[in-house]
Amino acid sequence: MGADFVQFSLTPILIGTFAAIACALPGNFLILRRQALIGDAISHVVLPGIVVAFLVTGTVAAVPMLIGAAGAAIVAVVLIEAVRRLGRIEPGAAMGVVFTTMFAAGVLILERTDTSSVHLDVEHALMGNLETLVWFRAEGWASLLDPVALASLPEELPRMAIVCALILGLMLLFWRWLKIATFDEGFAEAVGIPAGAVGFGLVIVAAIAAVAAFDAVGSIIVIAMFICPPAAARLMTNQLEAQVAWSVVFAALSAVLGYVFAGYGPLWFGAQNAVSAAGMIATVSGVVLGLACLYGPHRHRVGEGRAPAP
Amino acid sequence: MARGPAATPNPTVAARDGMVLPAAGPGTGTPLAVRGLTVSYGENPAVFSVDADFPPAAMSAIVGPNGAGKSTFLKASLGVIPRLAGEVDVFGKPVEQARARIAYVPQRASVDWDFPTTVIDVVKMGLYREVGLLGRLSGARSTRAMRCLDRVGMADFAHRQIGQLSGGQQQRVFLARALAQDADLYLLDEPFAGVDAATERAIIDVLRDLKAEGRAIVAVHHDLSTVPAYFDHVFLINVRRIAEGPVATTFTPETLQATYGGRLAATHLDELAITGGA
Repeated sequence: MGADFVQFSLTPILIGTFAAIACALPGNFLILRRQALIGDAISHVVLPGIVVAFLVTGTVAAVPMLIGAAGAAIVAVVLIEAVRRLGRIEPGAAMGVVFTTMFAAGVLILERTDTSSVHLDVEHALMGNLETLVWFRAEGWASLLDPVALASLPEELPRMAIVCALILGLMLLFWRWLKIATFDEGFAEAVGIPAGAVGFGLVIVAAIAAVAAFDAVGSIIVIAMFICPPAAARLMTNQLEAQVAWSVVFAALSAVLGYVFAGYGPLWFGAQNAVSAAGMIATVSGVVLGLACLYGPHRHRVGEGRAPAP
Repeated sequence: MARGPAATPNPTVAARDGMVLPAAGPGTGTPLAVRGLTVSYGENPAVFSVDADFPPAAMSAIVGPNGAGKSTFLKASLGVIPRLAGEVDVFGKPVEQARARIAYVPQRASVDWDFPTTVIDVVKMGLYREVGLLGRLSGARSTRAMRCLDRVGMADFAHRQIGQLSGGQQQRVFLARALAQDADLYLLDEPFAGVDAATERAIIDVLRDLKAEGRAIVAVHHDLSTVPAYFDHVFLINVRRIAEGPVATTFTPETLQATYGGRLAATHLDELAITGGA
């Protein structure tokens, strides 16, 4: 593990790990609120936002992309609420209608637009471009201390690290509100916790994670990381605090193992080319969830394990 | 010792006939006074222009048929669901300014008991008003939460996951959380729904203790046969207010007929007339 690793693998692994953790943290609460589909929805609806942002600005620079994606996410949240209330249908169906429509619209606009000059296509939207986020100026581990080399780090790395830190900070700050409002919304309102705002803030944070991660790693990882690590973590413990910690471990594990398997796995089996890192990371997270289902200490079937009356 | 009116900690007002009555102020006033409360989910109101006054140091029942708006009345009073119109005063202050004096016990079925947390953790949620968003849960506070759990007979279950509890045990945990709030007004939504007989006795004992300590209890209650035995005051509702007053004079076959209409069989009314009159 020398210069090659630092140059070609270190930054993609770190970006993948930060993206996975940033999505897994809010995913814990989305799953407990039975809103896991929201993460799925957001990661799809950012596509039309990004395409429109490209049409308006003519570049694929980070800031306009993020603004476009955030705008699309907000439009989607409003549309989902509108469909749910005006159409009187259940939230899952409302989300399904909105996010498939918006994603399809994004694909159509993308097809009708000349994006051949830039790296923007449907495949990129799904898979991201993790493998291309290499650190050309790195010459070895020593480059981590070299300001000149550090300046040429792919911009996705600091961006993803900051988003990850921001989400972690917000979660720690509002932990008590999140926990109480997620468990018992009526009680939370009664003691003066703005439970509605907490729920809305959670969706906004999930949107920030999805938008930030989308560009680097694509929507497949985003969807997988919102659901798989927290769901696997839930099977490891009966404490919310421990569940969130496990979800971070599983998210990081999936990112690192997924990247390594994608890059080196095919070679071990005699194949020539590496496979998609994003696809492999999502697959590993699914395997982790499968293992947790089979061997997790707190898996149980519905109706099992009631204590006898005292 | 001569005390000027301004220096009196608990101001009193001399009534016209010379009797001294407590005036409205902190610690006094009607525990829960509702005026013109109206709530609507769709086109039809669930609760329409309801007035109610629940007395201090008493156990009050909110009684009415399914869909009469009992839970809605309670939640809207608390501001848990928005009200279309109406004013709610708790001890003489708007409910929003009196949250520290209210403990609310929602319906047991309103939460997901598979949530990853323990019994004692749920009870500690009752300390939220004291500790706030970032305050530390000191050892003394943890001890108090444990004592509340002990009061409902659930101390042995402190570190169980809440999904492992029976329905009655879950209801006791919710009551323990309300006890941790150390409130002056307890609002309970169907506290006896689907619980075993032992739990029902345990809950009623705790509620009677609270009443003896001078606190007000208001509970949505569906079992008409236990109203006279458990409660002092009754509020009959069917979207609109039907009747309100002491159980002895207000809980009568006539008011029940008015509340339930044809839905209450005549035989039930006869039974209630006997127990109610006894």
